[in-house]
Amino acid sequence: MKRVGEVKSSNYLLTKFENLVDWAVNSSRANSLWPMPFGTACCAIEFMATAASRYDFARFGMERQAFSPRQADVLICAGRLPFKLAPVIRRIYDQMPQPKWVISMGACASTGGVFDNYAMVQGIDTIVPVDVYVPGCPPRPEGLLYGILLLHKKIKGESLFDAVKRREEQPLDDKGLRLAPETIDEISEPFGNSVHQFRSA
Amino acid sequence: MIPGALREAVARDGEPIVYVARERLLETMKWLKETPGQDFDYLVDVTAVEFRDKERPLEVVYFLRSLERKADLRVKVELNPSEELAVDSVWGLWHGADWLEREVFDMFGITFRGHPDLRRILMWETYAEGYPLRKNFPLRGRFSRAEQVRQALNANPEAHYSMEELSIAEASDDLPDDMRERLKRGERGVIPEPPHE
Repeated sequence: MKRVGEVKSSNYLLTKFENLVDWAVNSSRANSLWPMPFGTACCAIEFMATAASRYDFARFGMERQAFSPRQADVLICAGRLPFKLAPVIRRIYDQMPQPKWVISMGACASTGGVFDNYAMVQGIDTIVPVDVYVPGCPPRPEGLLYGILLLHKKIKGESLFDAVKRREEQPLDDKGLRLAPETIDEISEPFGNSVHQFRSA
Repeated sequence: MIPGALREAVARDGEPIVYVARERLLETMKWLKETPGQDFDYLVDVTAVEFRDKERPLEVVYFLRSLERKADLRVKVELNPSEELAVDSVWGLWHGADWLEREVFDMFGITFRGHPDLRRILMWETYAEGYPLRKNFPLRGRFSRAEQVRQALNANPEAHYSMEELSIAEASDDLPDDMRERLKRGERGVIPEPPHE
């Protein structure tokens, strides 16, 4: 909670009503995030390890994994996303109630990874808005936990009263796209090793 | 062996490979399956190869196994890329060829005559970029990434299934009425027109 002013007595705490509401709402949201796992590849194995007893993300309020998008708060895309699954993850995202967040887990979900080919979405941010990118191939459970804690931090910085920080629904445009076509082409450009794949490209 | 069917027989790394004339494939396979002493009762895989050498024909490869005799055989059919890419389906002999031949059709565009349900299996029904494992197919596909994303987001994820598949899964009764009607009519996702600038 942002302290606006403080009296030198432990019995008083002054703050704005808005800050109090934001503090209450955001703490509740951040500390009870129900994840919707969308596991398509090896990242899902690490995701399961994160959920299991050794790492146990239930410690951070993720006790209940919502296998229905309608009861989920955070979509965790763990693994590569082929174009065939693009409408599926978009529909799952659309079915989640507001407020909702997205974690892109691993290199493939974030950028397409080594799969710079005809079948693979080059980063799920071309399909759904992403809040936290967790790097790694696959990320270790500590990595995913750190991503979740970063998301907590991000949620705690949001505000119901500030239009800039408030979360709004981000529907697809009339072309059925989330971003402008030029933007998608730009962020899908080859990088790293895949720029050398000229033989048949 | 069927007269005139065998083109060439070689052994590579001790494994026998026979090249069979395309017109005689079906009767050869029937012979291999049903003749006592051959008994190739198990079709392990069907796949295809295109070589970088453009002069070299495409090959459709059948991996056969005799469970009784514990013997393997590779049967190859050569297809000239300048002619029609089509062979007879062996679905009538091994029903397991159903999805295997669909995959070869999906990836190489080779038609299997007599296949009961020849449609794409890995790529979605309305995929318009061609056959991905052909050598003339660009690695990243023919369309721009934006166009690929647009078509993918506009695809209907329900349209991957046939009524037969849903009835096997006993899901057809649970479908919403309009979706069941659409699938019954064979309606698949519709590829929207590319955006006009």
